[in-house]
Amino acid sequence: MCARIFSRGFHGRRQEPEDASRLPPGQYLVRDFPVLSAGPTPRTPLERWDFSLSGEVGQPRRWTWDEFRALPSEFVTRDIHCVTRWSKLDTLWEGVSVDTLLDGVEYDAEYVVAFCDGGYTTNLPLEDVTGGKAWVAFSYNGEPLEAAHGGPARLLVPHLYFWKSAKWVRGLTLSGHDEPGFWESAGYHNRGDPWQEQRYWGD
Amino acid sequence: MAGTAVLGRLTWQVGRVVNSMVETPRVKSLTLELPAWGGHRAGQHVDLRLTAEDGYQAVRSYSIASPPEVGSVVVTVERLDDGEVSPYLVDELRVDDQIEVRGPIGGYFVWEISQGGPLFLVSGGSGIVPLMAMIRHRLAGGSEVPIMLLYSSRSHDDVIYGTELEALAAMEGIRVVQTYTRVQPPGWEGYSRRIDESLLGDVAPPPGERPLIYICGPTALVEGVASSMVALGHEPTRIKTERFGPTGR
Amino acid sequence: MDIEESRLDGNAAAGLLGEIFPFEMTMVRTLCAACGAMEPAGAEPVYADAPGIVMRCLHCQSVLIKVVHGGGRYWLDLRGVACMQVDER
Repeated sequence: MCARIFSRGFHGRRQEPEDASRLPPGQYLVRDFPVLSAGPTPRTPLERWDFSLSGEVGQPRRWTWDEFRALPSEFVTRDIHCVTRWSKLDTLWEGVSVDTLLDGVEYDAEYVVAFCDGGYTTNLPLEDVTGGKAWVAFSYNGEPLEAAHGGPARLLVPHLYFWKSAKWVRGLTLSGHDEPGFWESAGYHNRGDPWQEQRYWGD
Repeated sequence: MAGTAVLGRLTWQVGRVVNSMVETPRVKSLTLELPAWGGHRAGQHVDLRLTAEDGYQAVRSYSIASPPEVGSVVVTVERLDDGEVSPYLVDELRVDDQIEVRGPIGGYFVWEISQGGPLFLVSGGSGIVPLMAMIRHRLAGGSEVPIMLLYSSRSHDDVIYGTELEALAAMEGIRVVQTYTRVQPPGWEGYSRRIDESLLGDVAPPPGERPLIYICGPTALVEGVASSMVALGHEPTRIKTERFGPTGR
Repeated sequence: MDIEESRLDGNAAAGLLGEIFPFEMTMVRTLCAACGAMEPAGAEPVYADAPGIVMRCLHCQSVLIKVVHGGGRYWLDLRGVACMQVDER
């Protein structure tokens, strides 16, 4: 194999953080907002968009876009951390808390799978999306969420690696058992806590 | 021709830059000397890896511009202003610098003289690079396969291999058609628009000649040209594409 | 057409697949488990700007192959491929 060589004067596109304590281990800071996609960008018209809660719930729920937007929403500013090692600080979102969506829903499920236009899925323990930890976000930086970044709406679970913040989310399926999603079934960690550097299986 | 024959797993080697040539204000060709190079085929690419002092690494793919008949490996790199690797390769990397290389990579977007022709090559911007390797292969290998090259550039100043293209256009069996999409030179009477179906209808060999078609460039150009060629009656199995992504590499 | 699409060709997966397989993977023919179409891997669309590389079916867009690389390991999800044809040479 070859000895490690260094590229004189190469630093990459990384930024020096003012406060390194905000970067989880192995992450670097970016100022832009990289777009990651595993397939074609879906473009569901708002009149055909809905959001549903299904699975092991007392009564399944469904909101049209207008009904969804009529729910109480909140602004949140959070740092986000992608498993491909970039982090972005103080990102501003507006969304509906998952607590609001689950309000009044009867369930004793412990897990949830977020499903999306385009077929993407990601799995989470319910306790990672309740208690003010997750939102269905429809606005970024005060603007409607662009399709490239998951618009019209994406899940936002900023305390976990960003693949959990599923783009183009269309609903949550509650379940008594854990069902690994698109990346979780192909090598990525089942939970993905950036502060414990849970990137891959076995981390 | 090698199909899926066993080659061994791909590994990195340390190459050295032995020549650097300015092609346009944004594009350079770098000649790499590699300790273990088993040869390549026209259309293949290499991966280049940069490593910062703290271990951070970035890898990008670049098409090989040189033909198999030449022992060295030449890559032609366009500087993307928001890129992470290409500005370093174009502006910082010097002759005698080391760089990690692996390859050759890819066996699908490849042309060898034994595959015959005629060839219809379509490129936008730096998508010309692997197609030029095919043209150089045809010349160096003494083939007489007819080639039609259609090349879209923003302006005359953005044309890569301009001098060589002029010489090629004067050769028997090779035709070069260019279009300038943003700025045209004074007195230009050629095409001055993006490649569309009617332009392809004018320029492409007729479907009856069953050309082998290679399309390379930004994703939107490649997909537009490929679907137009099918609409014009060409066989999908004779069309091969190499997308460089939204803005190129 | 959407100019923002980051779609690439099978060739874009050739480097990573070449780290795993000792033969040229872009010439392998893949049978899509979802729609039954068979194409050389080099002709299938690939999305490389993701936590892994995703190869999809040219005809039905179903996922054929996911490759994840990290922490000194590779993961290869081939559930979308019903059969692969590898030439002897």
